[in-house]
Amino acid sequence: MTLDWTTDPELRVEHLTMRFGGLTAIGDLSFDVGRKQITALIGPNGAGKTTVFNCITGFYKPSEGLIRLRHPGGKEFLLERMDDFRITQHAKVARTFQNIRLFSGMTALENLMVAQHNALMLASGYTIGGLLGSKRYKRRENEAIETAKYWLNKTHLIARADDPAGDLPYGAQRRLEIARAMCTGPRLLCLDEPAAGLNPRESEELNKLLISVRDDHNMAILLIEHDMSVVMGISDHIVVLDYGRKISDGTPGHVKNDPAVIRAYLGVDDDEADDLNPAKMGVAKGEAIAGRTAKEVAKKGGRT
Amino acid sequence: MATAPKDTSFTAETSRLDAKALVKDLVGTAVLTLLLLTPIVSYKTIMNQGALVLDTRWTLVVALTFVVVVGRLLLHLFVWAPKRPSLTKAVKSVPTVARDTWAPFRKFLNLGLFAIALLVPLIFYLIPGWDKRGIDFAITIMIYIMLGWGLNIVVGLAGLLDLGYVAFYAVGAYAYALLSTVYLPMWFGTGVVPWAFYIVLPLAGLLAALWGVILGFPVLRLRGDYLAIVTLAFGEIIRLVLINWFSFTNGPQGINVPKATFFGLPFKDEPGGFADFFGIAHDRLYSYVFLYYVILGLALVTFFATNRLRRLPIGRAWEALREDEIACRSLGINTTTTKLTAFAIGAMFGGFAGSFFAARQGFVSPESFVYIESALILAIVVLGGLGSQIGIVFSALAIIGSFELFREMGGLGDMIGGLIYLVLPDAIAEPIVSSISAFFGSIATLFYSLLPTSAQEALSGLAGSDPVQFRMLAVGLAMVLMMRWRPRGMVTRRDPTVFLKVKKSVSADLVSQGHG
Amino acid sequence: MEYFLQQLINGLTLGSIYGLIAIGYTMVYGIIGMINFAHGDVFMIGSMVAFIVVLMMGLTGGSGPFLIILALALVVVIAMIIASVYNWTIERVAYKPLRGSFRLAPLISAIGMSIVLQEFVRIAQEGRPKPIQAIITGRHEIMHRAAADGEFIVTISNMQILIIVATVALMAIFTLMINRTSLGRAQRACEQDQKMASLLGIDVDRTISITFILGAALAAFAGMMFFMYYNVTDFFVGFLAGIKAFTAAVLGGIGSIPGAMLGGMVIGLIEVFWSAYFSVEYKDVAAFTILVIVLIFMPQGLLGKPEVEKV
Repeated sequence: MTLDWTTDPELRVEHLTMRFGGLTAIGDLSFDVGRKQITALIGPNGAGKTTVFNCITGFYKPSEGLIRLRHPGGKEFLLERMDDFRITQHAKVARTFQNIRLFSGMTALENLMVAQHNALMLASGYTIGGLLGSKRYKRRENEAIETAKYWLNKTHLIARADDPAGDLPYGAQRRLEIARAMCTGPRLLCLDEPAAGLNPRESEELNKLLISVRDDHNMAILLIEHDMSVVMGISDHIVVLDYGRKISDGTPGHVKNDPAVIRAYLGVDDDEADDLNPAKMGVAKGEAIAGRTAKEVAKKGGRT
Repeated sequence: MATAPKDTSFTAETSRLDAKALVKDLVGTAVLTLLLLTPIVSYKTIMNQGALVLDTRWTLVVALTFVVVVGRLLLHLFVWAPKRPSLTKAVKSVPTVARDTWAPFRKFLNLGLFAIALLVPLIFYLIPGWDKRGIDFAITIMIYIMLGWGLNIVVGLAGLLDLGYVAFYAVGAYAYALLSTVYLPMWFGTGVVPWAFYIVLPLAGLLAALWGVILGFPVLRLRGDYLAIVTLAFGEIIRLVLINWFSFTNGPQGINVPKATFFGLPFKDEPGGFADFFGIAHDRLYSYVFLYYVILGLALVTFFATNRLRRLPIGRAWEALREDEIACRSLGINTTTTKLTAFAIGAMFGGFAGSFFAARQGFVSPESFVYIESALILAIVVLGGLGSQIGIVFSALAIIGSFELFREMGGLGDMIGGLIYLVLPDAIAEPIVSSISAFFGSIATLFYSLLPTSAQEALSGLAGSDPVQFRMLAVGLAMVLMMRWRPRGMVTRRDPTVFLKVKKSVSADLVSQGHG
Repeated sequence: MEYFLQQLINGLTLGSIYGLIAIGYTMVYGIIGMINFAHGDVFMIGSMVAFIVVLMMGLTGGSGPFLIILALALVVVIAMIIASVYNWTIERVAYKPLRGSFRLAPLISAIGMSIVLQEFVRIAQEGRPKPIQAIITGRHEIMHRAAADGEFIVTISNMQILIIVATVALMAIFTLMINRTSLGRAQRACEQDQKMASLLGIDVDRTISITFILGAALAAFAGMMFFMYYNVTDFFVGFLAGIKAFTAAVLGGIGSIPGAMLGGMVIGLIEVFWSAYFSVEYKDVAAFTILVIVLIFMPQGLLGKPEVEKV
């Protein structure tokens, strides 16, 4: 597997800037998301990671910059110009949310059926055929149920398929949200803190799931995560943000030894940073930092 | 605080029912009630020879205060107090998957209701003196059930609060009025008029749907509460235009329109009429029965279409939209068109109902399409349980039916008596009827005698007024109380639209209503 | 020109009334984020109470000026108190228990409450409009011009002066209260973040109650001015006035108190000029159309802040 994400990236973010009034949430950010790779977007709280997600998935319109998505066939989309739902529908980007947004009054299966809305809508002849009881729609609906079953199996939720989503335990809700995103048939999957609130065993399962999505379904994954065991365990490529700017970009090995990253996470003065330079201290320290969650580190650091 | 907050969950731990607090609370309630009632109830303005004078009604104020205080005392003693210790526990143990013990019965309930609906004309026919009146009354209720089902698509399924639904009802009615009196005769000659209802009915639905799209398109991006106000504004705009565009709509005078015919045969005592054609004696009853089955058919179409739509992607998208709009967009659902379809389809059924309404009344005027009608239909949907179709049947029966029956208090007694006489032999029926009336009479007398004399006088003054007057007051109160105690309405279950192994109903505690 | 000036005066008078009602909408929206749909009916209650009290006192235009002023001051106080009691009770009964319920619940409850208030007054006082003789009479000529095609006179009535002056005075007091007192601070804090405010020792429930009371007092004042200006009131005046005032609140930027006043003025002026230059029949249509246009094209209003959607 190549670790090069620049030659033919799935997603290329160029000079992305997002301002809210006077506040610059993201400043001149450029990075690439490689095909069939897991790219992690990390950084301290308030670094602007979710804002980047919202720009990519169209919930915000960026103030400046280009977000280019290319399908393997060469079809190109400029996401910053598209409506949010069209990004999912045509550019095939799916996302999950930091605070889970399931349809809690609908069953797990129904959640996955809603995710296949556009395909089913077409098959139902924009409702008219479905209303008249068309065979084609019936067939397509059964296929949709099969797809849903596949992802329910994959996320170990098949036993709870007929339970309301709001009734599932927290970890299961996280998995269901990923399954729902997968049911839209994406090329690029954007996960906003998928491991938040999971216990170690669940985190481990999540890692397996994400690796399988990447390897078995040839999908690119962009992920925001604070849990470094997830980030370091599965990422091929890490982009580090601080105050809306990119401070580091590279392989996990590169990033965890980058003094700028350590500085950002520990919040030390510039002259002290030299003392923390992993080249002098040895890598062990860097790994120890990376092993803790960013929240813990941020708490101990001087960052308010 | 003068009165303890009525919210039970807050006071659960702190205020056990000790006498001192209770007295304080009741005194507070009394003072508050007196303040609320003082100028508006205690002084009645009366027109006297061109000038307004005031009439005092302190007895009524005292009586009402008394009723409120006693009511609150009863609530404290019997409703709030016993529940308090268990309340916190109960909240935790609410089962989220409703144990659907009623499932087998519900199927029978639906079938039973359907059978009753089919037999309504027969039932009323058998009750002496109630044949026409009763069936006409059933038609009214059925119109509201249909309107409730139509609005249910918009409010109950898609979670969009529409306060101007009556506008689409008006579009349907005026579509029928104008097409049948002006345009159809102009385009195709007067021969087509007897068939007008059948031609216009589908058109009216389409026109109303078109209006739904036109009105909905610009406003459906708005948040829930803004949407409510804007739809209200649209409803009023349409009504004001109907009033003021005299040359087109004949303004407030309204339009006389031909009534619905039996496939071209008018229900008139004339050659070529319905009775004449079948060689039977003319009776207006036939027209009532016919109209009843037409509206029943239309309502059932609404019912089954909605049920089918729920199981289609569009219906699932509506419900998903109600749950979480942002998540919908993240799944590639075009929320604008999804909302628009809900709006348009809801409007279409409103249009059908409006067109039927015009063909049944034989007259339309803007007065039938005021805001309070929208509020009434909304109340039917809300009280029936947002999203529940059977609930709407019961709430329409309760809201429209009970008050119309109250209006004929005597009639109600007669009707029950008549029914009993019908079923049982006279000898058995007579003691039953008399004992029932004696029973209720004695209960009423007992309560009455408990009241102070002044209150008795005031109540007997009130009882003289028409009970229908109190309908909207009761509806408003019911809406407030419903939101407090059963915000999801009477029927609190949601049926999943698709399932793998077992169909488990979703408890309403999990179902979100409306988005922000 | 003279005609225009006359309409301007009329428009400002009407706008003052709308602005006062609009403040109630905007404050409640600011603090608990809901439309108090029954607010227009609280205005109606204020109007009706003032009307009955005036009738009770036997006040007429013939009473001496000193007596009139004294009596009206009393009427204002009574109307404000009663309307406040109403709004307080409404909040307690219909809105407070619903905090934390689904979003449409308080709105539906408010619609129910609005129906209850209207029907309550209709049943208690009958539906017919209630006329009364003008109490404050007299008008001043401020411009007089004889022209070839007739005579043009611009007047301002004592009632109009009273409405505009009293509104300005009330607004000044009110603004001071919001900006300078601890009550105003508590209120602004609750608007920003209720949870944080309560952590800092602000009694959020009390602050919300006071917001409802203040809004009701202003609406009651507007209601009293309304019936004295038009010399008539009924149970339904709150519906139209309420929607127009809500339009004013949205136009001014919902949540912003100066915005509500400004929006009220704009709506009053538009309504009056529309009636004067286009058509009286469609003046309400004009008001509703403005509401729709504002909500669609500038939902943040003139002085409001745009909302950022949190994902």
